[in-house]
Amino acid sequence: MPHPEPPIERPFQMQILRPDELLDAAQTLLADHDVGLGDTPSAHGRMQCAYALRDADGKLSVRYIVSQGANRPWGIWSVDAASGSLPSLANVLPLLGWYEREIQDLYGITFTDHPEPHPLVLHEGFIPSKPPLQTGFDPKAEPIRGHAEPFAEANMVGRDIQRLPFGLIRADVVESAQFVFHYIGEGILHYHPRLFYKHRAMEARFEGVPISTACVLAERVSGVDSVAHELAFSQAMEAALGWQAPLRAQVWRVILAELERLYNHLHYFGHLAKTTTLKVAEAEGIWLEEQVKQINGRLTGSRFLRGVIVPGGLRRDLDATGLAADLNALQPQIEDYLNTLANTRSYLDRLLTTGVLPRQVAFDQGATGPIERASDLDRDLRRDHGYALYPDLQFAVPTATEGDADARARVRDQEIRQSLHLIRQALNQLEPGAIRRTESTIDPAIDGMGLGWAEAVRGGLIYAVHWDAKAERLTRVKIKEPSFSNWRVFPFTVHDSNMMDYAINEASFGLSVAGADR
Amino acid sequence: MPLWTWFGIKKGRATTGWPESAGSDGQEGVLGLPKLNADLCTEGAQGCTNCVASCPSGAIALNGAGDQEQSIDLDYARCVGCQLCTETCPSGAFSPSDDWAFGVRDRADLSRLGRPAAPDKKLEEKWQKSLAGFGHSLHIRHVDAGSCNGCESEISALLNPFYNLHRLGIFFTPSPRFADLLLVTGPVTEVMREPLLRTFEAMPEPRWVMALGTCATGGGTNGGGYACHQGLDGILPVDIWLPGCPPNPAAIIEALLLLLDRRPQQVHGGRHDA
Ligand code: SF4
Ligand code: SF4
Repeated sequence: MPHPEPPIERPFQMQILRPDELLDAAQTLLADHDVGLGDTPSAHGRMQCAYALRDADGKLSVRYIVSQGANRPWGIWSVDAASGSLPSLANVLPLLGWYEREIQDLYGITFTDHPEPHPLVLHEGFIPSKPPLQTGFDPKAEPIRGHAEPFAEANMVGRDIQRLPFGLIRADVVESAQFVFHYIGEGILHYHPRLFYKHRAMEARFEGVPISTACVLAERVSGVDSVAHELAFSQAMEAALGWQAPLRAQVWRVILAELERLYNHLHYFGHLAKTTTLKVAEAEGIWLEEQVKQINGRLTGSRFLRGVIVPGGLRRDLDATGLAADLNALQPQIEDYLNTLANTRSYLDRLLTTGVLPRQVAFDQGATGPIERASDLDRDLRRDHGYALYPDLQFAVPTATEGDADARARVRDQEIRQSLHLIRQALNQLEPGAIRRTESTIDPAIDGMGLGWAEAVRGGLIYAVHWDAKAERLTRVKIKEPSFSNWRVFPFTVHDSNMMDYAINEASFGLSVAGADR
Repeated sequence: MPLWTWFGIKKGRATTGWPESAGSDGQEGVLGLPKLNADLCTEGAQGCTNCVASCPSGAIALNGAGDQEQSIDLDYARCVGCQLCTETCPSGAFSPSDDWAFGVRDRADLSRLGRPAAPDKKLEEKWQKSLAGFGHSLHIRHVDAGSCNGCESEISALLNPFYNLHRLGIFFTPSPRFADLLLVTGPVTEVMREPLLRTFEAMPEPRWVMALGTCATGGGTNGGGYACHQGLDGILPVDIWLPGCPPNPAAIIEALLLLLDRRPQQVHGGRHDA
């Protein structure tokens, strides 16, 4: 079947706004969603993220990326920030709260009337007098030295209220983060995750990097999301340059992305089983994960599927021999495992009604991926803003309405089955052919930027990329990372819950700290 | 019989016998760090710097280009194994390989300029002596000092039924007070530096440190800048350096057993044993 060559459409519409127009724009966006949240939220607008941009002359602006609904171009609002201050939109669009604080920390642009204007990405005690990205990034620079100082947190004093800082170095092999609980007895009054201990300035590291090697960096933002990152980055470049990755590359991209979903989701169930003290189910989950990683290794040379995707297609061709047979052998084991888990009472007892995320909170705070889909928000970039081979394939987007840990697990259970289904369909479309095409059909100077996205394992991932006049080196890369979004949401399910359920609830979110911290 | 007990019994055994008896190491097809055969470089004298330009982590150095002394070096402590050099080199001096058992006791063994390509007997004997009083199982405290989580994913894999690390007498412990080995990932962000040092200080002697993953051995692509150091060099005394991005679980097992002197070091002077 010949692959239709879609006409190249601009994936976004740029709108220049004045600072005093921002609040109105935000309210209009919200009104749009209030009208229609009833049925198909994917059809309605939603703020995605905001980021600061320094142009060649050093002038700062802020860009907002807006979803204008399924199958409609993204909106980009560009606002001049030369004055050093903009009105905060966090009171209208709460999910912007963290983005604005990040911009404030790193670029020094302040946001008036911000509800929580404290540092976020930089920690108290490590804040330099000049914001680190105000004038540029130097990868050779020495880090800003400092000592930890007290940070702003909920002021909770009262009889019997205990404060428990958990971490930063916690039991087991986990990523570094600190969680501060205020609780009485078993009941959690307030929960504050302190992240960004792992902030490595990953976005800034792209500055000055040649487009040809930037995928190596994208793969190293969140290792277990390597494919989604290199894919979103590559698609951003391709859309801007008019490069059309050949069919064979598009097929492989789907297979790689779904293999990534598969090993991550299997790991997720192993971990969830661990928190519900099911030893055998824990072992089986991570054993299935290992088997997929070994398949990845045989297929690509990398257990994380790294080093294959590149702007224009693939770096090298892959050999599908044995892949279908390997997956056929694994599928009944995976299904048996998921079915057995879904019939385990002690497991369900712990998951049901645990960590409920209401739909409206999920929308307002920016939940994404399986987290939002388990709270009845039916969005998935593979379907709503199709890319690679996805528009040609059949798949369901599982959702649930309860918003609890069980719903989050059920959505992932169904996604595993859909991934296997997608890989099989994609393999059927694999025919010999070219794997990379880099003929420019668009003058890269037209927009001066590119936008690419992928539905990562953990949710919607967006790359906004900017480059120099010759389109050789990158000047700015913004990564809208799904774990950043979901970490912002997670505390809303922890306040007013109880200590016993915490670990299960956290596992049911399946977050990456490296991705959030970048 | 309870559901999961029966499930487990039905499944049988998944654990490999490797490396102490017959069995697969599980790394079929997995690429290691590239092999450098400097003798094959014919273009360098003509001014080719493809490899240096392609390397995203500054691992390749071309010395004395143009004259007779010309030489290439690859500092594996910085290499993330992205394979770009193998694609760009016109004369095949860099080639993909399955060399992944890169754990070494001395960082100098990770580059050609560091030391000759042969085991250092003196260092080995010194190591064996320092291990003499250590008779029990090995307990590890892991600290993430800014990883991308790829390294954590592979460390966690050690506990899956295939590698089943416990069979080798190696365990993870929550408390540094019970730990013999500090296993560090990431380039060390400045905010993680003090917590990392405090963890080390809390450990009883004898204690060892392993830098796991290229971020920790030399910064890789993620070290440096306003937030990060360039790995553990100059921050903690490192006993085992294990580059790889990430090192696969079998490479981690090799390095842990190298620490315990139960497996030999396989890289000397920047060259992996054939
Ligand atoms: S990081 Fe390693 S594999 Fe990649 S280009 Fe540099 S030397 Fe080659
Ligand atoms: S060494 Fe590689 S895999 Fe490990 S943390 Fe660093 S970037 Fe990630």
